Amino acid sequence: MPTNKYHKDPFYKSGTPWIWLNAGAVTISVIMVVGLLALIAVRGLGHFWPKTVYEIEYLDNKVTIQIIGERVETEEVLKQRILESGIAVESDDELIERSLIKVGNRDFLGVDFMLTVEPNELQVDKPKDVLVLERTQWGNFYGYLQQIKNNGEVLNLDEPTKWQELASRLERVDDLRDRIEHIEKVEIGRINYQLEKLRLKKRGLELDESTDEEKFQAIEDKRAEFNADYEVLKSELDALYREMSRDSVTAKIMNGKEVEIMLANIVKAYRPNAMSLGEKIIFYIKTFWGFITDDPREANTEGGIFPAIFGTVLTVMLMSVVVMPFGVIAAIYLREYAKQGFLTRLVRISVNNLAGVPSIVYGVFGLGFFVYVVGGTIDELFYSAALPAPTFGSGGLLWASLTLALLTVPVVIVATEEGLSRIPRSIREGSLALGATKAETLWRMILPMTSPAIMTGLILSIARAAGEVAPLMLVGVVKLAPSLPLDGNAPFVHLDRKFMHLGFHIYDVGFQSPNVEAARPLVYATALILVLVIIILNLAAIYTRNHLREKYKDLEQN
Amino acid sequence: MIMAAPKISQDILLNRESMNIENEFPCFECKDFGLYYGSAQALNNINLVIPEKRVTAFIGPSGCGKSTLLRCMNRMNDLIDSVRLEGKMSLHGEDINAKSINVAELRRKVGMVFQKPNPFPKTIYENVAYGLRLQGVNKKRVLDERVEWALKGAAMWDEVKDRLQDNALGLSGGQQQRLVIARAVAIQPEVILLDEPASALDPISTLKIEELIIELKQNFTVVIVTHNMQQAARVSDYTAFLYIGELIEYGATDQLFTNPKQKQTEDYITGRYG
Repeated sequence: MPTNKYHKDPFYKSGTPWIWLNAGAVTISVIMVVGLLALIAVRGLGHFWPKTVYEIEYLDNKVTIQIIGERVETEEVLKQRILESGIAVESDDELIERSLIKVGNRDFLGVDFMLTVEPNELQVDKPKDVLVLERTQWGNFYGYLQQIKNNGEVLNLDEPTKWQELASRLERVDDLRDRIEHIEKVEIGRINYQLEKLRLKKRGLELDESTDEEKFQAIEDKRAEFNADYEVLKSELDALYREMSRDSVTAKIMNGKEVEIMLANIVKAYRPNAMSLGEKIIFYIKTFWGFITDDPREANTEGGIFPAIFGTVLTVMLMSVVVMPFGVIAAIYLREYAKQGFLTRLVRISVNNLAGVPSIVYGVFGLGFFVYVVGGTIDELFYSAALPAPTFGSGGLLWASLTLALLTVPVVIVATEEGLSRIPRSIREGSLALGATKAETLWRMILPMTSPAIMTGLILSIARAAGEVAPLMLVGVVKLAPSLPLDGNAPFVHLDRKFMHLGFHIYDVGFQSPNVEAARPLVYATALILVLVIIILNLAAIYTRNHLREKYKDLEQN
Repeated sequence: MIMAAPKISQDILLNRESMNIENEFPCFECKDFGLYYGSAQALNNINLVIPEKRVTAFIGPSGCGKSTLLRCMNRMNDLIDSVRLEGKMSLHGEDINAKSINVAELRRKVGMVFQKPNPFPKTIYENVAYGLRLQGVNKKRVLDERVEWALKGAAMWDEVKDRLQDNALGLSGGQQQRLVIARAVAIQPEVILLDEPASALDPISTLKIEELIIELKQNFTVVIVTHNMQQAARVSDYTAFLYIGELIEYGATDQLFTNPKQKQTEDYITGRYG
């Protein structure tokens, strides 16, 4: 029997199955990531699109009622299940479409959502003139505009001018609202801030057992001055509030009742069924912009998320500022100066393992050390007048940033050490041979060449820090912060203030709000914003790194 | 200023009758110099004098200690923790291993060029200006002048004058090595140490480097380590032959190559080993 010397290798030796396996794994990973982002994006971004409002004649337990609302969700359910839940339905199909309708008008109807089954929807219309109002309280309103009232007097208007009149009056209310907000937040905020400072000053004098009557008198004079300012603003505010409550509208809601709504409570009024595509797009962009730039309302379930975005970005930036020097200096010492021995190795192993400590542990440490020990001491030494109310002795922006810095410093150390070890010996020798000291070589040659690696470390630490929520909950994040940590009152950056954070906001809106169903789209939208914020922060860092890399790009040649 | 420097005495030269060295001024002097890596002895009882403004070559087989000896001259071996020295090495009569010596200062006086070209990942201009900037020279006019002077000194001004702001790593190997020499020249050292400067280069680049070395000796004392005996013969005035950490023979290059006194030297230069 002739033997074939060049027999074929078995299939598995060719490596093809491994390539397929690896490619498959990569594909699945990519699909998962893309799918995740797509889900969040679709659910979150869809929320701001003006949805069609339906008017449905509905057979509810043999009584015909009228429903006005948006169709939020439609699913197919077994007929059996619907019958079991006590809803009479007549249909030959086994599967029945069930819809969740957002009917809004919580203040008048008591519920936000209703369930309908398709066979009982006797008639479905999309009336052009159905009005949707976004309100400062009680969520959305759906109904038909009846009349516009000026100081309780009905204006006699025909159909088209009615809408124009409503729009122009809403604009006026908007202006008034802006002015009120400015006075309340900026001007009265400033006075409150100054009054608080005066109070602390006085308390400080009392604590020092000062008997300098002049000083006390000066404080009292100042206080009187501010109080006078306040009174002026107060009366201005009262006038504005009176102005704002001038107009109202009456509208008919789905149960046929006519209700009156103050224009002061209306944020936005629109007729989605009458809008063209262009108008919808403009509306969408405006709403989305409002979401990013406005303050939250109604226990975070309405309005925007600006304070949370601001808090997230500011914390991460402060963390970067702190973590960079510390991580780099530690890495330089470990790699360049420390005697390489058992102790150095132990330190290095510990640092590497620190990166694996659960983040909540850092939160506990931050609370125990930064907030109570350091913050408490600072309060005693410098803010004793404010005690027992804590200044730095409770969670705040500074402690949150420091805790995050602590959490991410191992990442920077490891990356920097890696970078330092990759600088060729010949470069160091070349610099030393020209009469540079070790420190000069480090500063002028090694560190610039290591900067891309340092930036890589920073990128990784930003990616980790921006997503952390657990430790922050212990050291300064709150559900609703009354003021931003950055404002017009000296010293402008208030590191002791509590702040809002996107990660915590998601949790709070999604699971702690009174109206979870209505807030759910906001959870997706907020998550999407969080991802975008992290991406933008990372892109900025990556751009810087690539720029540095370009500068030292031929390093590998050596 | 001309110092009343002592003439080189003959008693530490092994090839004394053949060397016309008494007319030279000493630059480096080694006295019973030895070096250990941990417990392993790399240099043993080296006695030699390196004359000023001359090219001195160290030859010998791999591992004989010639690079180690060279690296002692600007204390590059300080970077290695386990090194221990004995005996004395002095520059112009001053012990360079004394505690009072500022190593950075010493290295400014004794420049070094390594086997593999090691330009910094900066522009050509910044490479040459680096040593000057270290000394606090920051005036653009002064820097420009010195960079031009150094590049002319390394015979590469005409090649690079139009692309001073290009990255030095874009130069060819030979150009990189001459740039590194220019970098060393720019800070006007007294001595330039060359550690096999042409071993990684092609023949034409090697030739250019050799021409440059002969140029350099007008202004600098040059010490070169080389594997290539023809190169040593071509460029050097004095040659030292080292073998397993010991100085076997030292003398004028002509003499050492044509009339070696030691059997081992003869064996080596005739290619019987090494």
